[in-house]
Amino acid sequence: MPKASDLDVAYVARLARLNLTDAETTLFQKQLGDVLKYADKLREVDVSHVEAAAHAVPIFNVFREDEARDWFRAEQALSNAPRQANGLFIVTKVVE
Amino acid sequence: MTEKDLPALNIADLQSLLRRREVSPREVLDALRARIEDVDGEVDAYLSTNFEAATKEAEKANVDLPLGGVPIAIKDIISVAGEPCTCASKILRGYRALYDATVIQKLRAAGAIPFGKTNMDEFAMGSSTENSGVKLTRNPWDLSRVPGGSSGGSAAAVAADAAFGALGTDTGGSIRQPAALSGIVGFKPSYGRVSRFGLVAFASSLDQAGPLTKTVRDAALIMNAIAGHDPQDSTCLNEPVPDYTAALGRDLRGVRLGLPKEYMIEGIEPQVKSAIDAAIAQLETLGAEIVDVSLPQTDYAIAVYYILATAEASANLARFDGVRYGHRAEDPKDLLDHYGRTREEGFGPEVKRRIILGTYVLSSGYYDAYYLRAQKVRELIRQDFAKAFEKVDVLISPTSPVPAFKLGERMDDPLQMYLADIFTSPANLAGICGISVPCGFAETDGHRLPVGLQLLGKAFDEGRILQIAHAYEQSTDWHKTRSPIAASMRDV
Repeated sequence: MPKASDLDVAYVARLARLNLTDAETTLFQKQLGDVLKYADKLREVDVSHVEAAAHAVPIFNVFREDEARDWFRAEQALSNAPRQANGLFIVTKVVE
Repeated sequence: MTEKDLPALNIADLQSLLRRREVSPREVLDALRARIEDVDGEVDAYLSTNFEAATKEAEKANVDLPLGGVPIAIKDIISVAGEPCTCASKILRGYRALYDATVIQKLRAAGAIPFGKTNMDEFAMGSSTENSGVKLTRNPWDLSRVPGGSSGGSAAAVAADAAFGALGTDTGGSIRQPAALSGIVGFKPSYGRVSRFGLVAFASSLDQAGPLTKTVRDAALIMNAIAGHDPQDSTCLNEPVPDYTAALGRDLRGVRLGLPKEYMIEGIEPQVKSAIDAAIAQLETLGAEIVDVSLPQTDYAIAVYYILATAEASANLARFDGVRYGHRAEDPKDLLDHYGRTREEGFGPEVKRRIILGTYVLSSGYYDAYYLRAQKVRELIRQDFAKAFEKVDVLISPTSPVPAFKLGERMDDPLQMYLADIFTSPANLAGICGISVPCGFAETDGHRLPVGLQLLGKAFDEGRILQIAHAYEQSTDWHKTRSPIAASMRDV
């Protein structure tokens, strides 16, 4: 079983694509360690015969007709873009 | 009734005036605008308003529609076409919604006029609105205290008579708790009752939009407008919507109210406890029968909630990557630098904390121990409620164990802040509906701080909790007592 002290905030921050300052890393390590220690109480619960609930509503396989509808034009979809040109999002270079 | 008094009206009374043509929607909107100018410098409930657009709506409003000509404030997590939708986050500064959320379309179809966006904890993560990346909102009952959260701007606006009613969202109590702390009514519908299309997602299996109002009847009126099936939200159930005002006024004879023994915890502030005890006695005199019930998994609810809510949030907030909208870091040297700095600069501390926790509980090696186990305990919590509802119609508890606390008082200890969600978050885990209704005051430092009574009902049994809350409300004067800042505006 994992322990609350297993948490490595700096590593998880890299997984989350979220830079943290050293001060934030230290602070979150302490605060989230407390939260995980608190969450340890879940180990007391016998869940061996329980099916996991992803949500609380008994609803499955919702279908609707696949119909074309009017939606955004390209200029609308681009209207909030931090950078754009020629009807395209300008993104940071991915390949060399 | 002078124009200056109009903002003090509840929605039902406002509609009577509008339908008798004693005031026009334009006059109502102008009066509300003047009130916001008078009080919002102190309360800071609003992030943005658009009275130019709202005035055009008011001039052509049909007052005979269910909410015809009624201005409604909107939490800044709900998309209103052409308006800012920032979730009080720096990462969405300048972002404007391209379309109306389904709840906004439904409000407009009912004749209501969205006119302004209210402050909130960033991405709805918090219980005090102090996590807003924009500004603090103050409690209209005591400006040195928080209005609750995360829908704190919506709650404070209604409590200050700077809104006739408002929409909020509730993931773990974010409608009910600020309503309680601000002395108004807050209603969380059952999961699947109201469309989530056009809401910025925090925790998709828990989020629901609902009304914050001055009275229970007003909450029913807004629910009549916003509830119902939406083909754009696959989790929104295709069930008929009753007229929620129809059950209002029925007496409480034969109604069975459950008192969960696990909710009688230490840490309930004594004045909150005595207000709740008095409310229970009052409900008994109205004919309700009080029954002791048990929710054995209560002690696990907060841990389950914070594992599942942060896990879902970490996935939902992955979309804020500085590519298609929102903040982008300057001159990134590569893609990882682009993502890492964009999100560092855009998110506030609480959002960062929750992204880290959520990412961790979903990560390889920890998924089974935390996320999967929490989902299983969630199922046990759901079963607790199902069993309790075999014995009783409705459950009662305090909404919050404490009244409004001082700004800044609880910001250093996230775990303590999370534990205050003990009475509200189980309802989201179980998918059931809940309401907070004013039930008294706690006197602190010469201020009267509102206390809220929570009623929880079975999934899709919203009419029942509205009926009981209404009967209680109408037998008391709590809802007629206005906050000091609202009362000071009365034209006497």
